[in-house]
Amino acid sequence: MKSGFRLSFWLFLAPVLLWLFLLIVLPHIDLLLLSFRGENDMGDLVWTIDNYKNFFIEPIYWYTFVRTALYAIVTTLCTFVLALPVSFYIVKLARPRTRGFLTVLLLLPFWVSELVRVYGWMILLRESGVLNYFLLKTGLVQQPVEMLYNDVTMIMGLVYTSMLFMVVPLISAMESLDDSLIEAASDLEASRFTILRTIIIPHCKPGITSGAIVVFMLALGNYLTPNLMGGKNSLWFTEQIYNQFIASFNWNQGAAFGFLLLVLSSCIIWVGLKLSRHRLGEVAA
Amino acid sequence: MANDLSVGNLIRSFGDFTAVDNVSFDVPQGSFFSILGPSGCGKTTLLRMIAGFDEPSSGTITIRDQDMRGVPPNKRPVNLVFQHLALFPMMNVADNIAFGLKRRGMKSTEIVRRIEAILERVDLPGYGKKQIRQLSGGQKQRVAIARCLVMEPSVLLLDEPLGALDLKLREQMKVELKKLQAKVGTTFIYITHDQSEALVMSDHIAVMNEGRFEQVGSPRELYSEPQTPFVARFVGDNNVWSGEVVESGERLTVRTGEELLFTTRSHKSYAKGSRVDLFLRPEALRIEPTDTNDLNTFEVDVKTILFDGANSRLLTVMPGGHELLVSLPQNRQFDHIRPGDRILLGWHPDAGLCFKV
Repeated sequence: MKSGFRLSFWLFLAPVLLWLFLLIVLPHIDLLLLSFRGENDMGDLVWTIDNYKNFFIEPIYWYTFVRTALYAIVTTLCTFVLALPVSFYIVKLARPRTRGFLTVLLLLPFWVSELVRVYGWMILLRESGVLNYFLLKTGLVQQPVEMLYNDVTMIMGLVYTSMLFMVVPLISAMESLDDSLIEAASDLEASRFTILRTIIIPHCKPGITSGAIVVFMLALGNYLTPNLMGGKNSLWFTEQIYNQFIASFNWNQGAAFGFLLLVLSSCIIWVGLKLSRHRLGEVAA
Repeated sequence: MANDLSVGNLIRSFGDFTAVDNVSFDVPQGSFFSILGPSGCGKTTLLRMIAGFDEPSSGTITIRDQDMRGVPPNKRPVNLVFQHLALFPMMNVADNIAFGLKRRGMKSTEIVRRIEAILERVDLPGYGKKQIRQLSGGQKQRVAIARCLVMEPSVLLLDEPLGALDLKLREQMKVELKKLQAKVGTTFIYITHDQSEALVMSDHIAVMNEGRFEQVGSPRELYSEPQTPFVARFVGDNNVWSGEVVESGERLTVRTGEELLFTTRSHKSYAKGSRVDLFLRPEALRIEPTDTNDLNTFEVDVKTILFDGANSRLLTVMPGGHELLVSLPQNRQFDHIRPGDRILLGWHPDAGLCFKV
């Protein structure tokens, strides 16, 4: 009986393990090996740590790396600040009928691809775009303003792309919050801000953490939005990886960068979990 | 004596529906005041307006001579013990109790001192470090009350806080709440649909039905002198006959559906021929009375014995099929009664009460 159970257990687990091994573990081992290979002066492939050394020697790589990490954190924070009132409104204030409608509204933009959505923003914001047209018409500006290709626009694009991934976990966390807790806090002389700080946010912490992890990873690994909305100045680390692989054909260097990004995101998420006193298993559940 | 709470001509309507309909009452300082009514009678709406979570459509709420119009809940000198207690699960017992004090910006040494004092008072000394989920139902109850009492409110509001407890604990908490109120001297306003809770604990009870107060009085007044048929039915058990007045006077003579003639008192005199409901408590019916002078007497068949210790009853049926509850004193005198027996019942005219239909 027991061996039968174990056999079926492994049988069901096999596809997952195969998928993990063939598509994730194996390529990463290959990339890891690649990242430690390089040509020596004679043009022969040898084992080396030059790829990693390059990263630490060349300031532009460093700069991009830190910048990407910081902006991904800023994106996560902005998304959280925007998503909290939105999800609070949907769960606690909206009438049940409008609630479903509002959730669908949030979902709607995600029915088209990210590329289309980003181009939509570009049509709005570019020099000859819709927004500039109206600004010129109303005489608010004399010269068209270039609103694309700067950091603020890029962050806004990233926040827009990742909004849903913060709102959904927040909604499900807030649904379990008993209204009477909010009323009890108010009855005990708490102001709105205190209620938010002491009741709502602590209650939603698991949702906030899981939302933040998803948004952070999406922002950090995003290529399309920084590239299109941030333009040449965006200096997003994924672009560096792309450049190494595609533009410079330096697969070894690209693999090393890829690994550094993996280490970076793991580290930041680890720190985040430590700060919020969560374990990864709790958040995933 | 000064009133802690005065409510005047309070109305709250939701569209066409009037949840609270022109209610006025005063609660004297330090008393235990209950609002008793069936679910949906508007008692929770009334309580929420006093706490400030809802605004009245019209009328006034005055707490210690201060008009509460437009004052938000966090600025009112009242605290509410919620139906499901609403203890903060993310905090331990001490933090729950400290929550309100911290909002007042009290010094932390003072807060610690007060938490200890109030935990002592509700018989939970040393429970400060416990998490809420570690507490039993009765302990949670007391923490919820402590959390409010520590704020030293003018009025403590309680919204059916015993509803979630099991019967045994509820009986125990009734007595404890009453004792606690006497000890701290805070004015309690207690909402319940359970008449026994209200009768046991309160100094005054208001019986509420369909948004209106039917009667306000002491538990004894409500039980023995109900002013409306609703109160007669709702507070305690009552047997009801419907009948017709055949003789009007200081006492009424009523002919019931079974063609029995009963003499009874009435608050009001009703004209001959009016349809009335006659109410009679189960304990007013005497089994096999030895002296039948002045008593209304009739015979019934015993259907079942509802044994419940001191609260035992006989379920009897009259020849016409009308069922009556009769108190069965447990003094061994009536141990011979068996289902199917025919017995004589008698009751004194002063025990009955008539209301016009």
